[in-house]
Amino acid sequence: MKPTKTRHPLRRIMIGAAATASGVVLLLALKQPGGTPVAGAPVGAGAGTGVSATAGAGGSTAEPGGGAGVGAGDGAGEPAAGGSRTVVGDAVDTQYGPVQVRITVAGGKITKSEAVQAPDADARSQSVTADAVPQLDQAAVTAQNARIDAVSGASYTSQGYRDSLQSALDKAGV
Amino acid sequence: MAPDTARLRHVEESMGTVFSFDIRGVQDEPRVRAGLHAAVASLHRADELFSTFRPDSQILRLGRGELALSACAREVVEVLELCAAAERESAGWFTTRYAGGLDPTGLVKGWAVERAVRMIASSGAGSVCLNGGGDIQLLGGPWRVGISDPLRPGGLATVIETGEGLGVATSGPAERGCHVLDPYTGRPPVGGLASVTVVCPEGLTTADTRATAAYAMGERARGWLEALPGAEGFAVMPDGRTWTTSGFHRYVAKVSA
Repeated sequence: MKPTKTRHPLRRIMIGAAATASGVVLLLALKQPGGTPVAGAPVGAGAGTGVSATAGAGGSTAEPGGGAGVGAGDGAGEPAAGGSRTVVGDAVDTQYGPVQVRITVAGGKITKSEAVQAPDADARSQSVTADAVPQLDQAAVTAQNARIDAVSGASYTSQGYRDSLQSALDKAGV
Repeated sequence: MAPDTARLRHVEESMGTVFSFDIRGVQDEPRVRAGLHAAVASLHRADELFSTFRPDSQILRLGRGELALSACAREVVEVLELCAAAERESAGWFTTRYAGGLDPTGLVKGWAVERAVRMIASSGAGSVCLNGGGDIQLLGGPWRVGISDPLRPGGLATVIETGEGLGVATSGPAERGCHVLDPYTGRPPVGGLASVTVVCPEGLTTADTRATAAYAMGERARGWLEALPGAEGFAVMPDGRTWTTSGFHRYVAKVSA
């Protein structure tokens, strides 16, 4: 009945990667098993506050409104060739070491995602990295190829939202 | 979508979860923004009235006998009537009386989401998608909604596409562990499903209680949903196989993930 209940780090990384891949908030949320996030995406999760963004209908990016923590890090919006742009997330210290992700967005879609900095200190970290990076791509592909506007699933809490695909969609604003 | 219409997005935390608003076809933005604010206020209002975590909520005071139903807000009366109807329709598989108390939590969120969407629509928005913790009310569109794969976190089991009003609710063991029990045995459902999604043009209030009841029914859910008018269902079983009711294909996006 509960194959999805396992809370080991790989799952956390994969879900974190889904959020990361959506392109605006680029923190890889790695949780201690059963614990609090080591690095969480700063969603507008404070009581009563929220993140609002308005975009023109044809726009592919949302403009963060209210300064509520949807910034994309220093490298946000670097122009690149062919109308695409790359976004480099903040480096985040995780239990396995620093993680930093770069994605390329073209036409409102993620076309590439890669880790520019990933833990490699020991065998344990290497195996985590080896799994997490392809999964990052996979999660990006899932959300982008499906061109979905929202995600329905078994109820999530405020805490669970932070790792959800819905949260990724909200942050991407595409 | 016409190029002169805007899009509003908003994320709001309430009722212990997060509500994601996506509003399109916005022409009169100040007016729609006012509708959005009213909708957000209505969610917090629902939390105040129905929270089982606030000792002074009307629903808990009613349950303790400190407040008469006639003294409650009209929303409380409305929700309890809807709960009674859902309980009748599902022959008790949806219930507010599990564990002895009075707990309409299983209906309140879907009802509140549906009400919030109607508020935004009345302010002139052409298309609204409001996701309340995984349960969604759609209006206008077209919208595409991914259904989480309960066996592959981060992945999608299918994608729904619709251009009409639709409530989309998914029930499953969720991150908090199984919180839906067989009301007749008090145990997890027999022939349990990994998750079940119910879509209803009527709205999310109905879809949500039906999804909860269907999940509690386990293997019996398919026949029940098939016989229900105005509902279609999609379920993922623990071994990864899926089933749908006969009319569900109408909602499946042509190009799925």
